[in-house]
Amino acid sequence: MLEIKDLNVWYGGIHAVKDASMSIKRGEIVTLIGANGAGKSSTIRSIAGLVKGAKGAVTYTARDGERVSLLGRPPEVMVKLGISLSPEGRRILPQLTVEENLVLGAYSRSDGDGISRDMEYGYALFPRLKERRNQKGGTLSGGEQQMLAVARALMSHPDLLMLDEPSLGLAPILVSEVFEVIREINREGRTILLVEQNAFAALKIAHKAYVLEVGNITLEGTGADLLENPKVKEAYLGG
Amino acid sequence: MSTLPENKNPVRDNAMTVVATALLAAFLWWAEGHLDGYKIRIINLIAINAILGLSLNLIYGMAGMFSLGHAGFMAIGAYVSALLILTPEQKTAMWILDPIAPWLTGIHAPFLVSLLAAGLLAALFGWLVALPVLRLGGDYLGIATLGFSEIIRILITNLTPITNGPLGLKGIPSHTSLWMSYGCLIAALACVARLMRSNFGNVIRAVRDDEIAAKTMGINTYSTRVLAFTMGCFGGGVGGALMGNLITTIDPKMFMITQTYSLLMIIVVGGLGSITGSVVGSILVTTMLEWLRFVENPVTIGSLEIPGIPGMRMVIFSVLLIAVIIFRREGIMGMSEFSWDRLFSYRNRVTRGGGAS
Ligand SMILES: Nc1ncnc2c1ncn2[C@@H]1O[C@H](COP(=O)(O)OP(=O)(O)O)[C@@H](O)[C@H]1O
Ligand SMILES: [Mg+2]
Repeated sequence: MLEIKDLNVWYGGIHAVKDASMSIKRGEIVTLIGANGAGKSSTIRSIAGLVKGAKGAVTYTARDGERVSLLGRPPEVMVKLGISLSPEGRRILPQLTVEENLVLGAYSRSDGDGISRDMEYGYALFPRLKERRNQKGGTLSGGEQQMLAVARALMSHPDLLMLDEPSLGLAPILVSEVFEVIREINREGRTILLVEQNAFAALKIAHKAYVLEVGNITLEGTGADLLENPKVKEAYLGG
Repeated sequence: MSTLPENKNPVRDNAMTVVATALLAAFLWWAEGHLDGYKIRIINLIAINAILGLSLNLIYGMAGMFSLGHAGFMAIGAYVSALLILTPEQKTAMWILDPIAPWLTGIHAPFLVSLLAAGLLAALFGWLVALPVLRLGGDYLGIATLGFSEIIRILITNLTPITNGPLGLKGIPSHTSLWMSYGCLIAALACVARLMRSNFGNVIRAVRDDEIAAKTMGINTYSTRVLAFTMGCFGGGVGGALMGNLITTIDPKMFMITQTYSLLMIIVVGGLGSITGSVVGSILVTTMLEWLRFVENPVTIGSLEIPGIPGMRMVIFSVLLIAVIIFRREGIMGMSEFSWDRLFSYRNRVTRGGGAS
């Protein structure tokens, strides 16, 4: 579904991603783990069209089989193609209500029925959001804001859902709740690219995993393999 | 609190709106019969400045783009409207420096059509400025619009066959009664309130507050900004046309940067991003600017005669503006809006609080 070949990201003189190559198959959960500053967000943001200085080849195969080269296209085109990003730090709109946030997430669509179906789907995944539908986003707790960010990213009805550190700053109990929902979304047939610092939780649910170190992909394998890998154990799972 | 409050009691609120509009109408009717021309002019000016403030607030407060070009768009509107409603005889008599462009003599339109044309042409120019400048991101808009506004003024001064150059246009047939200005104000308020309550209003806020979030939702932030700016320029053109029609004389010097500056004061004092604030700001700033005129007149204290200092009221006003920024940054209304609901719950709180003590 997504082929990334020799992706390079430069910010002025900073070479944030170096010749990274990855492959994502339809229906998988793929995770990209690595330390802070390794280049995970830069990679995922390049796919979403948010990084101007990205070079390389990123090829996306849409549901109808059409192959599209992504780099250089604006973010709204990616959303239309079925790629959606829940950005790092949630970035929900604090002044708008939960429901208004969700409606904005469907900005690229005009099928009213589909939009309300996806809104109900989001509320079914996160019943707490439904209780707070008329509450301002800024008044939600951190965990609820993260749920809103995920539900909002689903409102464009993506084939490929990209999540940038959905567990950041969440209490452990909420982390497992959010990861359970990610699994659930995947079971419904959606492909997921999950960027995480919380390697243990991410590897447990991932079909495939990549390790990014200072801009280079240094390891790849199935989630289960990497969980057993001594290097990963030492560096990311605390020995 | 940028969103408009939800309507919890629509029947009561609609009734209140009708009552308030009737009260305003009664006041205007009374004012027309009892107040002198100078006061009526100030009441008119309050409505027109509110329209202009609202249109600049759409650009700066609601869409977050710092623009210094409103005087230029007002000038376009004022000239378009005046040229459409001046009679052919007036036009041929007025151009003395250069003869008037022949095609211009014959064009004529009713006042309301001229207002629409004023808004549309200002919007067209706004769009043409926004297209290239907003490509560079919002940071260059301030300086680009400032330059545009000056260019428009210089063009108007020099395009004598069309604008009558520095002499300006005089004897513009007056249509700006209190009913006209307040009718336009109510229409403008209704349009902007509807817009900001709609999903597009939320899109504009999203682009202003979090560009990355807006982009990940598939919003084209560039075209949203271009659209918001163009709509604001439409309002600037209509407001400029009303202003020119109220004064019945326009010339290039009316549209200097100080004009934009007064509008900025209105929205900063009233509240950036607040519709209500644009009106409140206009009432305060318009009356203050008039009232402060006395400081520019000569004063006699005993045998000491102090000559008036031109421009002094702007100095005093700047000091007041700085005070607002220091003590109430967000302006009087902040980003919040008036609503009947809020008024009633405030009143309930006050009366209940009073009863308890
Ligand atoms: N917008 C930016 N401008 C300049 N440098 C950036 C920018 N975004 C990220 N970087 C740098 O690129 C490197 C990778 O950052 P990032 O992709 O955010 O890593 P991660 O998500 O893995 O923590 C870091 O050194 C970071 O400082
Ligand atoms: Mg990151």
